[in-house]
Amino acid sequence: MSQRAAPPSATVHTAYGRMEQSFRDKRAAGRKLLVPYITGGLPGWEDALRAAVAAGADAIEIGIPFSDPVMDGPVIQQASQRALDAGATPVSILDQARSLDVDVPLAVMCYYNTVHHAGHHRFAEQLAAAGICAAIVPDLPLEEAGPWCEAADASSIETVMLAAPTAPDERLPRVCARTRGFVYSVGLLGVTGERTALAATATALAARLKAITDVPVLVGVGVSNAAQAREAVQVADGVVQGASVVRRLLEGGADAVGEYIAEVRDAIDS
Amino acid sequence: MTLMAEPSSTGRFGEFGGRFVPETLVPACQELEEAFREAWADPSFRLELHEVLRDYAGRPSIITECKNLGRELGIRLVLKREDLNHTGSHKINNVLGQTLLAKRMGKQRIVAETGAGQHGVASATAAALMGLECKVYMGAVDVERQELNVFRMRLLGSEVEAVHSGSRTLKDAVNEAMRDWVATVESTHYCLGSVMGPHPYPWMVREFHRVIGDEAREQMHTAYGADPDLVVACVGGGSNAMGIFSGFVDTDARLVGVEPAGGAAVGRGVPGVVHGMRSYLMQDEYGQVQEAHSISAGLDYPGVGPEHSYLASIGRAEYPAVNDAEVIEGFQLLARTEGIIPALECAHALAWIAREAHSFQGKTVLMNLSGRGDKDVAQMMEILK
Repeated sequence: MSQRAAPPSATVHTAYGRMEQSFRDKRAAGRKLLVPYITGGLPGWEDALRAAVAAGADAIEIGIPFSDPVMDGPVIQQASQRALDAGATPVSILDQARSLDVDVPLAVMCYYNTVHHAGHHRFAEQLAAAGICAAIVPDLPLEEAGPWCEAADASSIETVMLAAPTAPDERLPRVCARTRGFVYSVGLLGVTGERTALAATATALAARLKAITDVPVLVGVGVSNAAQAREAVQVADGVVQGASVVRRLLEGGADAVGEYIAEVRDAIDS
Repeated sequence: MTLMAEPSSTGRFGEFGGRFVPETLVPACQELEEAFREAWADPSFRLELHEVLRDYAGRPSIITECKNLGRELGIRLVLKREDLNHTGSHKINNVLGQTLLAKRMGKQRIVAETGAGQHGVASATAAALMGLECKVYMGAVDVERQELNVFRMRLLGSEVEAVHSGSRTLKDAVNEAMRDWVATVESTHYCLGSVMGPHPYPWMVREFHRVIGDEAREQMHTAYGADPDLVVACVGGGSNAMGIFSGFVDTDARLVGVEPAGGAAVGRGVPGVVHGMRSYLMQDEYGQVQEAHSISAGLDYPGVGPEHSYLASIGRAEYPAVNDAEVIEGFQLLARTEGIIPALECAHALAWIAREAHSFQGKTVLMNLSGRGDKDVAQMMEILK
């Protein structure tokens, strides 16, 4: 794979990564961004991913299952466990991702021990070799992210940072300065999973972020259906849909995922 | 550098520790660090804790020389009697400290994880005393093997939730407690039960248990005029060991933390990151955390507190393992020779001492008897049938 020089340590980055460039272009064209999350290694996940892309997803977040997913609620926990029971490993999932042949950027969502155990540089290179653009590591906060971000930058992997509703005002600009691809605006206090209503914190945090950054702002965690996605994109540039997608994959397979993404696409386009 | 002092500004002990938590929890960890630092430097907080430890928990705990067993093993064996504390283990020290701190921080609710139930019972007890709401997460496997402790916690007014995910033991109870905390962080303090988790927990919990080592050092000097040659304790997450080691880390004493063979994080693990910390961790070739297997629910944990990893890495402490059969022997040995029924966790330390005493004949060995065995009697009755 090609090696690029690490960018200078200044917070200004001139060339955007592939995911961020794609998101900025689509936003400029007036499109709201839709990123479904699909648990890698779950039986049928590749078909579901293709169905989601065909139904209008702008990127896909591929979950790499971990034994101890502390940011995930019951649905994604169950999907992770099933994928692990089916023999999924980070290596097998990246192997499958390499041959997906879809025309939207792919990101992985993985817990930090997966990265740490492989080694920062090795993992970044594995992602790049599999055609992955970006990584989301939910248990790697700003203060601990330095070594990984450096390795990711060197392999042109965009590291998406999360911003939480609990963050004080002084913290958010630092999160936005370090993020690549988009900034993941955590929709509520809590773990992934479907809720009956969009939390007030979802739009409040997205608005705080929109006021300080031109990086695309996507709301994820607790955006549970088409109506809630529509509500979120009144403020944010897009949404990540996790548990609502994975539940459909578990219950109805790839077709159910495709139908659902088409429904959300319609809702956020109208 | 001074051993067992404050960790670095990023919560590191050497290359171990840190704060690997979701963004949502970062401000809470920072707030807790600040609150603890301020309270620990405040004489009125220290006095309040001292008084509740004395008047409620029954501190100081005594030391007891095991003359019969010592004679049998050819050593002088002295026990630090944390089993005599209120609620039957050392866990009360940390819990009273954390609940006082939680109240000082204006929190109305605590959540806790528990393995054997000792930390859960201690948390439920302190919550009752301090007027805090309390929810305890316990692996479904442990709920079954420690049903009396589940009843105790409920009797004390706490809610107990059985955790059915993963290996359904201590590590999964920690996951579930962290998930609760992510959702309730504004009103809730996570009362973590060992010297593990994200900064400042490993440091804070060790400081709340430092009283064990401080008392023991003075007691050893009064009774024998010298430091012990060995200081021995069992290690799961490692809080009781940290407590007693802290009193002797600057002496010549050998520090020995005994792990279960099926949960030997230091002995068999490689550095990894889970539950907010970088430490030795039992994991597979892809970094999936492995299940620990131990006769004792309290040691059934695939990781270990980061400061133990540090003490091991610099050679200041050693971490041998004993198997379940040796533990069962150790459990009966103390009961038979001294009339003291130890917790199965502490029976690990006894088992190591009994196995290795031939190599330190005539030496003075201080062992932390961190809990009493009442909770284990039903399980042992089944095993010994």
